[in-house]
Amino acid sequence: MTLLWIPLLSLIGSIISSMTGKLTRNQSTSLSLLMPFIALCITISFAPAVFSGEEVRETISWIPLLGINIAFRLDGLALLFVFMIITIGILVIFYARYYLSSKDSMPKLYSYLMLFMTAMLGIVMSNNVIQLWFFWELTSISSFLLISYWWYKSEARKGAIMALTITGGGGLALLAGLLIISNIVGSYSLDVILASRELIQSHNLYEVALILVLLGAFTKSAQFPFHFWLPHAMAAPTPVSAYLHSATMVKAGIFLLARFYPALAGTDIWFIIVSLTGMTTLLFGAYVALFKHDLKGLLAYSTISHLGLITLLFGLNTELATVAAIFHIINHATFKASLFMATGIIDHETGTRDMRKINGMWRYMPYTATLAMVAAASMAGVPLLNGFLSKEMFFAETLHQQLLGSMSWIIPVLATIAGAFSVAYSARFIHDVFFNGDPIDLPKEPSEPPRYMRVPIEILVALCLLVGIFPNFIVDDILTSASFAVLGGYVPEFKVSLWHGFNLPLLMSAFAVTGGLFMYTQRRHLFTFQASLPPLNAKKAFDNSIYVMIKWCQRKIGAIENGSLQRYLMLMFLIVLLGAGWPLFEMHELVGTKELTPVSMHSAVGAALLMIGAISTVIWYRTRMVSLLMISVVGLMVSVAFTRFSAPDLALTQLTVEVVTIVLLMLALFFLPQRSPKESSSMRIIRDISISAGLGIVVGSICYALITRPFESISNFFIANAKTGGGGTNVVNVILVDFRGFDTLGEICVLGIAALGISKLLINLPLFMPGSDSEGRPWARERYPILLASISQSLLPLALLVSVYIFLRGHNLPGGGFIAGLITAIAFILQYIAHGSNWISERLTINYRKIIASGLAIALLTGVGSWFFGRPFMTTWFDYFDIPFIGNIELASALVFDLGVYITVVGATLMILAHLGELTANAPKEEVNI
Amino acid sequence: MIQHLTSLPVLLPMLAGILLLMPPCGKNQSLRRFVSVTLSVVTFLISIVLLLKVQADGTQVYAIGDWSAPFGIVLVADPLSTLLTSLTALLGIVCVLYASAGDDAKGSFFHPLVHFLIFGVNGAFLTGDAFNLFVFFEVLLIASYALLMHGGDKKNTRAALQYVIMNLVGSAVFLIALGVLYGVLGTLNMADMAQKVGLLQGDDVYLAKIGGLLLLVVFALKGALLPLHLWLPNTYATAIPIVAALFAIMTKVGVYSMMRVYTLIFGDDAGELAHMAQDWLWWLALATIVMGAVGVLASQDLRKLIANLVIVSVGTLVALVTVQTVEASSAAIYYLVHSTLVTAALFILADLIGRQRGKVADRITVGTPVSQPKLLGTCFIIAAVAVIGMPPLSGFIGKVWLLKSTVNYEYSFIFWPLYLLASLAVLFAVSKAGSTVFWHHQTKFEGKVTDNRSPERIQQERVQPAELAALLILIVSAPLMSIFAGPLSEYAIDAATQLHDFNNNINIILSGDQ
Repeated sequence: MTLLWIPLLSLIGSIISSMTGKLTRNQSTSLSLLMPFIALCITISFAPAVFSGEEVRETISWIPLLGINIAFRLDGLALLFVFMIITIGILVIFYARYYLSSKDSMPKLYSYLMLFMTAMLGIVMSNNVIQLWFFWELTSISSFLLISYWWYKSEARKGAIMALTITGGGGLALLAGLLIISNIVGSYSLDVILASRELIQSHNLYEVALILVLLGAFTKSAQFPFHFWLPHAMAAPTPVSAYLHSATMVKAGIFLLARFYPALAGTDIWFIIVSLTGMTTLLFGAYVALFKHDLKGLLAYSTISHLGLITLLFGLNTELATVAAIFHIINHATFKASLFMATGIIDHETGTRDMRKINGMWRYMPYTATLAMVAAASMAGVPLLNGFLSKEMFFAETLHQQLLGSMSWIIPVLATIAGAFSVAYSARFIHDVFFNGDPIDLPKEPSEPPRYMRVPIEILVALCLLVGIFPNFIVDDILTSASFAVLGGYVPEFKVSLWHGFNLPLLMSAFAVTGGLFMYTQRRHLFTFQASLPPLNAKKAFDNSIYVMIKWCQRKIGAIENGSLQRYLMLMFLIVLLGAGWPLFEMHELVGTKELTPVSMHSAVGAALLMIGAISTVIWYRTRMVSLLMISVVGLMVSVAFTRFSAPDLALTQLTVEVVTIVLLMLALFFLPQRSPKESSSMRIIRDISISAGLGIVVGSICYALITRPFESISNFFIANAKTGGGGTNVVNVILVDFRGFDTLGEICVLGIAALGISKLLINLPLFMPGSDSEGRPWARERYPILLASISQSLLPLALLVSVYIFLRGHNLPGGGFIAGLITAIAFILQYIAHGSNWISERLTINYRKIIASGLAIALLTGVGSWFFGRPFMTTWFDYFDIPFIGNIELASALVFDLGVYITVVGATLMILAHLGELTANAPKEEVNI
Repeated sequence: MIQHLTSLPVLLPMLAGILLLMPPCGKNQSLRRFVSVTLSVVTFLISIVLLLKVQADGTQVYAIGDWSAPFGIVLVADPLSTLLTSLTALLGIVCVLYASAGDDAKGSFFHPLVHFLIFGVNGAFLTGDAFNLFVFFEVLLIASYALLMHGGDKKNTRAALQYVIMNLVGSAVFLIALGVLYGVLGTLNMADMAQKVGLLQGDDVYLAKIGGLLLLVVFALKGALLPLHLWLPNTYATAIPIVAALFAIMTKVGVYSMMRVYTLIFGDDAGELAHMAQDWLWWLALATIVMGAVGVLASQDLRKLIANLVIVSVGTLVALVTVQTVEASSAAIYYLVHSTLVTAALFILADLIGRQRGKVADRITVGTPVSQPKLLGTCFIIAAVAVIGMPPLSGFIGKVWLLKSTVNYEYSFIFWPLYLLASLAVLFAVSKAGSTVFWHHQTKFEGKVTDNRSPERIQQERVQPAELAALLILIVSAPLMSIFAGPLSEYAIDAATQLHDFNNNINIILSGDQ
């Protein structure tokens, strides 16, 4: 389990340091350093084994069914990276102790830094590609947090979002690529994937997978044209830049190239994409770096350029080039980290990073200057320093390739030019900052930094020198074992040494150095030339394209979701038309085999009235009262139709529902304008008529097709069992309260909730109340016609009696709780109409909320009652009793359930009525007759 | 009691709704809150017990009224439906707990309505009967409509009206569809319907197809699938956020119904009608993802943004459901749970953030800073990482899983790029929104902001303990779903396997064999 501890310790460190807010800076720093230090010791303990060619593995099961496990492995490549990540991490943490001002939160920075370290360690040690992606994306998140450390600065926020978007986008591509590769080899294990080179490369998805993986690598490693996030990530504090842009974040992409080298490299497409991207980035970065006035900007582009160099080396498809690439990874990490730190000191001491202001620093901080100059010389590739060695190898490898056929000579030439640029910007870094006259109005008086702030730089610069002078002694082991891992178990003969004799690479180096120095001396011309070029601002382009895209999205959304209910409904109807109409055309025969019954006169007249009612409703929809009356005709005809076709229960229900809804609608209409303006254009009317006619035709055809076909259904079961199983002869009612009583329970709930909802909507709702009708006529003087009042009062007991009768007989004859409830409600509605709501509310102080609740409770508890007899919910019970004076009657639990239905219906209807009525009752003027 | 367990996730919320309307809960607010929260917790626990029982003993069929299928209504508790009832109940707890801090007093009947809504949703999840499904759709529709108007203003009432009219039309279509299906098949029990669909002859096939397609229209409307999604963004963005959070489950009801009906009734064994409209659904789902992503980028306030995230997740879910394999369905199940929880969390956060930012509320623009940046910021980052689908939280597993499950599907070459680009859009929009809302302040000087609000006001706007508890329930689910992804994936795969096991489902439901 020791391997697991390496990332785990760093994660623990992240958590610990986030809690050091109360401690002093020194305490916080030393506590934060502890965990990575232990992790480093563990790493070192593994080194001998790895150097001897072993690969250490550990696996913990996580989501075995998906093949996703926590799997770590440590081979030469991983060891190299782990070593770099932790060492430079420790140095950066130490450095940040002196860099951060007292206003900045140290625990936050440390915590994020170590979270980032964890993510990086996870990437390089993963043995499962999903886990690799997991940590890959974790670096995106943690780098977002690090770059936005100074969140109140606009450029920090923007830089962080840009980095996250670009690298996150690349991450998504990477995920897709990894999944495709895993699907090809049938495993998420890196071990398996790396061993399946032929399988992967012969698969027809190889190109797709390769491009996706490379997208991930290139975005992370800031390769052209995805490079532009990197300079903007410089808004982060300098320690963060030193960490992210030397050894970690950007190296993750490079690591990916190295990691998948055994499985993906070696093909033409790999060479074309990787080497061309690398070459472009190398040249572009080196060129732009020269013109940056911001110290960190210069380093940023130099980083881009060096990353391009490493990418190019991987793209060359030769073993030695790969070794050179790995070597340069190490060298770049050391000199770039130290340069960033030196820049941080200069920034810290002078208060600016503008090279046009910072001049002549040699006088103020000679010690720091020496360190920075050594590191910069290494960056330029000056002999005796590590940068020289890997650059020399790079030049040599550009000579050995034959990839462009007869035009292969172009690669070394371009490499030399890029080398010259890198000498030029290194020269600028040294000369401009440390010499070149006097500083120009600096915000601060510069001096040497605190003693210990220089320590990390000293260590790194010492490494640059040691590696540069004694390459074999220092890096041989680790370079060999890393190359061994990348090349898949084969290391070419290579010899890293200072002196290879007079040869072509040395000549190229010489050209690069002299050319670079010459360029620097002639920089004025170059700067004028550069200034005359059209400004190329990738950030602006990025921002603009985002802006354009968002505006486009907003326009589209605004146009589509325009809030028009008509449009939404039209879409809905069109889809219904399509869904229901299309299969109709596939049918061979619409009419079924059943014989048609002859049309009687009554039916014909009824159907005609129904149609007239429906059409009139639409024609007069702008005169709402007329329209409402026409709807009632429709309703009435439907109930007549039910009677005609022997469905008395339905007819009764329809009739009572009709009465209640029409009255309630009339009440509602009172608050609405009585006429609505003409709003539809003629085109719109044609469109709407077509849609509705289409729907009518389709639904009508479907109905016709259905009723002309023989029909077999479960209804026979209901008819057979209604009496014996449900204890009632009215099958409809038995279905409602027994067979499908659960539906009824749901529906009365709907009714109850509707009443609650309406009450909720209407409470305290201020509504305009017209004082007259639409023609300007005042409402009738006689608010409550005496005749109606007296008749309705005498009707009330009668109506109640009827409803009781209808209720009781429901189980065997047409009727039941629902209908009875509506009849009761209608009786009360009549009272409201006749006397006004004030009159009623004085006499009838009923809490409808409680009524509804108790109705529902009765229904529910009746259902629950069957539990006590060991039966499922709503199992009914009935029996026949001989009761004195009354005779033999049936008692059924369904009747109690029906009582619940009855009460709910009454409560809900009256609640709605009362609330609508109350609205008018509170009118400031004299009470309005409703 | 134990033999009635299957009915309890449905009946308990209804009982809760009734109790909360009755004395003494009807008048006494603090008692009502207490009872509401307690009962929601009980509902959740009962759902979990049922889930465990189903896991131990297999699918449970409960014949209401002792009338067995196909004649009576049966409730069917299988791994999928119990998972979803548990999820609903959990959201219920969050909702009533959060609202108890004050939102419930913005209108009447909040608590009973929430429980009635859960009644409807759980009923829809558990029922094995097509008409009963309609009834529960009605219950949840009417309850959701009432809740939408809670604490509402003009804008919100307008959106709610559109919602209810669209859904009423939907109900009418649902009825027509059921009428057609009953007319052809002569039965309403879904398993029985499934059996009969395969035996249809001649033109009856097309009539059944009409019924099936119309059902699909209804489910697509509920689930907010393009082009029937138009009601959603405004409705969700203008409802009070805690209601919107609860509604995170509502679109899932549509998706779930699609899953049920199109694997059982019109699944592999439906003869000529097997997987009808699958192509249509697939392309519409992809279009929904694109539309959602466009909406996400266009959003100018947090709630609208989250509403559009819901649309993206609906598109993703429907795409997965359409693939009709165990792998894709299991990915869908995991993703469904994840997206529901994280969307709800985001809605709650949008509410808290909006409250603390004063006039700018939840608009994604420069404004007053929130008064509890650490708490809200941390929660927001967690929810954002989860919704974007980045490691280490649940979204990442959902993303990997759904891509993995479609890797061999013939149309993945178009699904993957679309989905990944949509993910990128979400990544950009959410990170932009977060950094603007939390970091971009009106007056900025080295991180210190002058705040002219009175201390009392700030105190008032602080996150209340009940709200914090509700928020944390949702927030911790993201890491938990990731840590316990092992057992969860096992569960989801099991649920999906049973969902696709046609014969077994039919046998269990129709004969009670287990």
